[in-house]
Amino acid sequence: MAAAYFDGRATGVERQPPRLMLAEPILTMRGIARSYGDVRALAGVDATVYPGEVLGIVGESGSGKSTLLRMMNLEDTPDAGTYHLALPGHEDRNLFTLDRFERRMLRAHHIGIVYQNPHLGLLMNHTSSGNVAERLLIAGKRNFAELRERARESLDASEFPIERMDARPRELSGGMQQRVQLAKAIALEPAVLLLDEPTTGLDVSVQALVLDTLKRLQRDRRITMVLVSHDLGVIRTMADRVMVMRRGEVVEQGLADQIFQDPQHEYTQQLVHAKL
Amino acid sequence: MTLQKLTRPWTAFNYGFLDESAKRELRRRILKAIAVPGYQVPYASREVPIARGWGTGGLQVTLTLLKPTSVVKVIDQGADDSVNASSIRKFVGRVGGAVETEDTMEATIIQSRHRIPEEKLREDQILVLQVPNPEPLRPVQPDMSVAREMHGDADYGQLWLILYEQLVKAGRIMQGSSYPSMVNGRHVMTPSPIPRWDVPKLNQADHLTILSAGREKRIFAVPPYTSVEPLVFDDVPYRVEDHQDKTCYRSDVSGFFMNELPQDDGSSLYELSDSHFGVKNIQKSEGEAIEIGETWYKNGRVK
Amino acid sequence: MNVHISASRSPAPVLRVEGLSKQFEMHHLKRTLFAFENIEFELGEGEFILLRGENGAGKSTLLRTLYRSYLPRAGHAYYHTSEGVIDLASAADVDIAVLRRREIGFVTQFLNARPRVAAEEIVAEPLRLVGMPHVEALAEARRWLAAFGVKPQLWPAYPSTFSGGEQQKVNLARALILPQRLLLLDEPTASLDRSARRALVERLAELKASGVAMIGVFHHPEDVAHLIDREIQLETIRIADEPDDVAE
Repeated sequence: MAAAYFDGRATGVERQPPRLMLAEPILTMRGIARSYGDVRALAGVDATVYPGEVLGIVGESGSGKSTLLRMMNLEDTPDAGTYHLALPGHEDRNLFTLDRFERRMLRAHHIGIVYQNPHLGLLMNHTSSGNVAERLLIAGKRNFAELRERARESLDASEFPIERMDARPRELSGGMQQRVQLAKAIALEPAVLLLDEPTTGLDVSVQALVLDTLKRLQRDRRITMVLVSHDLGVIRTMADRVMVMRRGEVVEQGLADQIFQDPQHEYTQQLVHAKL
Repeated sequence: MTLQKLTRPWTAFNYGFLDESAKRELRRRILKAIAVPGYQVPYASREVPIARGWGTGGLQVTLTLLKPTSVVKVIDQGADDSVNASSIRKFVGRVGGAVETEDTMEATIIQSRHRIPEEKLREDQILVLQVPNPEPLRPVQPDMSVAREMHGDADYGQLWLILYEQLVKAGRIMQGSSYPSMVNGRHVMTPSPIPRWDVPKLNQADHLTILSAGREKRIFAVPPYTSVEPLVFDDVPYRVEDHQDKTCYRSDVSGFFMNELPQDDGSSLYELSDSHFGVKNIQKSEGEAIEIGETWYKNGRVK
Repeated sequence: MNVHISASRSPAPVLRVEGLSKQFEMHHLKRTLFAFENIEFELGEGEFILLRGENGAGKSTLLRTLYRSYLPRAGHAYYHTSEGVIDLASAADVDIAVLRRREIGFVTQFLNARPRVAAEEIVAEPLRLVGMPHVEALAEARRWLAAFGVKPQLWPAYPSTFSGGEQQKVNLARALILPQRLLLLDEPTASLDRSARRALVERLAELKASGVAMIGVFHHPEDVAHLIDREIQLETIRIADEPDDVAE
């Protein structure tokens, strides 16, 4: 197990397994490997996420970070590797052994995701509140007044203008669409919220507002998040811990301030210095 | 040995028009549909001498079920005397030697477009509903292979979403006919374009209902004593059409599903949609010895 | 049986640093920058250690290494927690995160400003995280904002709009509101006005008396002279002719 925490750097002291962390990890992935044809997307990646923290995954395109996130959302099955979520009242199983139906139910109840492309996360021709309500409907909620109220509450928490809650996403700006995705993702208080480049492609000012909303949600609700971004600024604003990926491997991971102030790996140093 | 000895004498067509292999296929599909209530079973829809979309699905099922002792009733929107209904009824009589009837109580097979008779059906009766579009998910998922996966996963969130948005926009559910209904707690089906009034008649019924879409080549079924629950929210009860207090201007009967007849002065007259049920009521009121069966609705309410 | 242990008081140990070394590998320059080597010291409850040394001797670097913003190259920093001894040099990241939340504080002049959070909420947050009711936490936060000389009309405002000096006061109030077990002080008095500086020193004295162990770098050590128990002199490591200003 200790190997999972060793980051293979020449200059640092090898780190021990956790001892003080009272809570168990909420998400544990081990040895995730995936190739598409001849392209190796993930080469045996480990990832651990603890309750209430924000894990940032940074890397350039093709580094495998988005593929890893899709695995966390059970959209794809790796060639090798295991995936566990600590869910109270649930049998502890390698989630990659679940069938399509079980995956859908697990996703509906316990995993929220915000995609860079809102078309992947939203029904563009349905109302915004309906998009949130659909998630509750999939989870079996059947009370109209409750659906309405919870959609309103969730959109409000995502700082979406409530008076527009019945507008269709295709009539909304990119920033607002991301807020609808976010409201949908948090409607059922997910065990983990997955964010795949949630602000990429937004205007810088809009991006700052959306990140601010995410920060607020994180602070007020202690939502566990995994944030994938190629943007170091976004990672720096949001993450407690950071994983740096390149060519399907984790080259370095550590506390966010350490990654930015004292990067160990040559690649991380390049990334950080290119940014500064 | 002559060739004639090896073959049967020439006839214009097989009993019941469809050849035996076609009927055998249909029987197998029907059995599967009964075994998995609400599940749409694909079948090879044969050519019959009416146009696709005019009841070919229902007709093939009726022809398959047919035997010389069958008594067949065919209705179109509740009426036995529409051109389409009487043509189908006559055709079935001619190719199967079946007795034709307009009386729901006498019939063993009732083929219907868009209505379920008001008199309660029995265990020894089969209702065959003509279905134009068998796929309740079509409005939310145009790709039928994806829709099939959604049925497989019981992924009906988007159907509920349509109802949610109707309530948001109109304050009530706008779905009139073909109200999506959960069969046996597993598959959502369209009950064919019957009015909301008729959907409760399928729930825990004594009779077998077979729904068949000839153009779309799908058969599904509601076996006797099977739950059929329209999709409704806990706090927004299912509502049938407001016909409880309408009175038929011909038979003076009230509390059943009516056809509305707009008048020149802007008002409306109502007549019973189930036309033979109206006829029987008139005959009875004129003193004839007519037996009227038990009805699903009493005083405008179910049961 | 040795009943006579050392006559002088012997506070419960908080931190024991052994052979701690830090150097920076700058891959793109193909260069190694040496910060400090073989640091050894012990720190007990309620003790205050002052780090001395010229600019670039690695004073800030040592604090940041103990806080694990920097990864040490070698050595140990055994930290005594209620659950046993843990080596800060090699502890898992999540353990460090827990310790930072619970008992190790880092006080610097820089605020990590967060948008759209009121000053009083920022200061109250550490109290709320340990379970104090919102109203009480806010009252306590306001008391400390007042003590550091932040004007009441600024309490509900967002510090991201404040001047540097005011931001620093908010930052200090937040960092010091919850008694920690170990406090790392990185020139907290720099650019503070006199009254704020006095409030800070008073608070440090109070914390020291309550048993908080502290390691500090001060521009004007005379401010805290009465608190200092020991001093550690860091020597600049000179390799060839390189400048070695490694602290950011």
